[in-house]
Amino acid sequence: MKIHEYQAKTILARYGVPIPKGEVAFNPAEAGEIAKRLGGTVVVKAQIHAGGRGKGGGVKLAKNAEEAERITRDMIGMTLKTHQTGPDGRVVSRVFIEQGLGIARELYLALILDRAAARPILMASPDGGMDIEEVAAKTPERIFKEYLSPGAGLVPFQARKLAFALNLDAAQASKATKLMLALYEAFKGTDASMVEINPLVVTTDGELLALDAKMNFDDNALYRHPDIRELRDLGEEDPLEIEASKFSLNYIRLDGSIGCMVNGAGLAMATMDIIKLAGGEPANFLDVGGGANAEQIRNAFKILMADRNVKAVLINIFGGILRCDVLAAGVIAAVKELDVKVPIVVRMEGTNVEQGKLMLKESGLNFTAADAMGDAATKVVTLAKAH
Amino acid sequence: MAILLDKSTRLLVQGLTGREGTFHAKQAAAYGTTVVGGVTPGKGGTVHEGWPIFNTCQDAVTATGANASVIFVPPAGAADAIMEAADAGIPLVVCITEGIPTLDMMRVLTFLKDRPTRLIGPNCPGVISPGKSKAGIIPGHICKEGRIGIVSKSGTLTYEAIHQLSGLGLGQSTCVGIGGDPLIGTSFIDVLSLFAGDSDTDAVILIGEIGGSAEQEAAAWIKSHFKKPVVGFIAGQTAPPGRRMGHAGAIIAGGQGTAEEKMQALTAAGVTVVKSPADMGAALKKRLK
Repeated sequence: MKIHEYQAKTILARYGVPIPKGEVAFNPAEAGEIAKRLGGTVVVKAQIHAGGRGKGGGVKLAKNAEEAERITRDMIGMTLKTHQTGPDGRVVSRVFIEQGLGIARELYLALILDRAAARPILMASPDGGMDIEEVAAKTPERIFKEYLSPGAGLVPFQARKLAFALNLDAAQASKATKLMLALYEAFKGTDASMVEINPLVVTTDGELLALDAKMNFDDNALYRHPDIRELRDLGEEDPLEIEASKFSLNYIRLDGSIGCMVNGAGLAMATMDIIKLAGGEPANFLDVGGGANAEQIRNAFKILMADRNVKAVLINIFGGILRCDVLAAGVIAAVKELDVKVPIVVRMEGTNVEQGKLMLKESGLNFTAADAMGDAATKVVTLAKAH
Repeated sequence: MAILLDKSTRLLVQGLTGREGTFHAKQAAAYGTTVVGGVTPGKGGTVHEGWPIFNTCQDAVTATGANASVIFVPPAGAADAIMEAADAGIPLVVCITEGIPTLDMMRVLTFLKDRPTRLIGPNCPGVISPGKSKAGIIPGHICKEGRIGIVSKSGTLTYEAIHQLSGLGLGQSTCVGIGGDPLIGTSFIDVLSLFAGDSDTDAVILIGEIGGSAEQEAAAWIKSHFKKPVVGFIAGQTAPPGRRMGHAGAIIAGGQGTAEEKMQALTAAGVTVVKSPADMGAALKKRLK
């Protein structure tokens, strides 16, 4: 799960990571009020779940409260496009008003899990404020890493090593060490999958502050962090994906015309792949889960049919122990109830598969039975193109 | 011979009294697996579907001589269950549970480091040695006894591969679902090295997916160590970056973990990589000639 910058900063501050003064505003009047309270120059920052906001016009300086109000008026409601938002961009619904700072240096700091090593890794770079993937590609020697022990966590000497590698003076290094330890506590305490501070700034007064902050969380651990789950911003998500998540369906909307309904994540991805190989474009990723019962099939059809781009549907269920006659009955009931008009190709494996196929054939509905994955993909692509 | 499971396997089911646990314990027993009992804290001393239930893994091992365990415990208790099984000295633990927090798995892997227990999973369909024994949820009836090994991150895609092989008359020695989470107990390389030493396995199908670098690491290892033919498939060739595709581990992040780079690495290691998941069985048959 992702959250906004201002929310991440609130969490980090709770763990003792120093952040600039600032508050979130949902309208220009609020923005003006906050700017007045902060005094002097402020920064107005669009809050969307994507990076690269500065280049896209989502971060602007305001010399006073009136200017902050004016900028906010332009920013709220605007569609912000960055290299991370995709071509449609994101609509800005809130801005963060933050005190302006005199900046001496911009550094980079991040904590992520290294899968291969099965431990967290703390990374730092003197090249903050830049796209870190670019730094990693061009000057990998300018990224310093410390692997953390799963038992001991971040040990102060590791933080000190990174601080001195960043060429901080003694006083700053001591502050940086404290900041990194606090960052680790936040990572561990919230089951974060990633914490990134880019940039971490050294001000002209020698203070260290997290000027930007990004936190992602482990979805599997949200059950023990109800406060973080509360921070989910549905405005940042696709309405169909939100609807699907209510039914515990794993759904991701894509741009194509062939709706897919599959059990299992790997098979669902493979089904998308084979549609593309057959010359079609998948409209979605959809994993109905291991059960694939009548109820879930009906819910899945509701989601698929709400996407107007869908011209044909491919159902690919490998049940194993699932009874295909029961599955067929569920599919037939759902198609009748929801009055699905598009052609549907069904490929299923399990027990009683012949009986299931016969039921689909005799239903009088627009079903095409397929024997194997390749056959199913070819058939659905042909039908989608004809429809 | 097969790997991991055979006729000598004495299987314990952690979470046997739950719905999933009961169902799959019966399936395993019907397949011919020796299921010796279950563990459900608080229900020790009772009998469930004819099997003795124990409060702790230690009690169960002492009473039954279990040498493998399969876990059907909900996510919040699953990490605990794995560590308990390892502490009781069970050499093989197969965790089916999906949704265990990553930091819990980090503790588990640290806990397992100085113990001889092998963990398969979590978030996996388990292991089956056709005709001999099974631990997990892979349907027995699609399998056929034979000489092809399967190692896979994905559950239903494993069934697909089994189905294709069986349809071509090619049976399987052992099929291993290693799971789709970021942190797992047993890697592709671990399973491949077991297949390398198994005289009953002639060739292997390896099924990977986007996210992480386990397939690239497997490719490097295959190149220098693995002499048997391998057919590979990577799911998620058309997946968009930055989105978690069902499995917690299936995400292309920061341009890393794409299907493309995995397919290239495997091809360079001499693996026959198929673009279409429908071609896994046929490609393997071709490699055997």
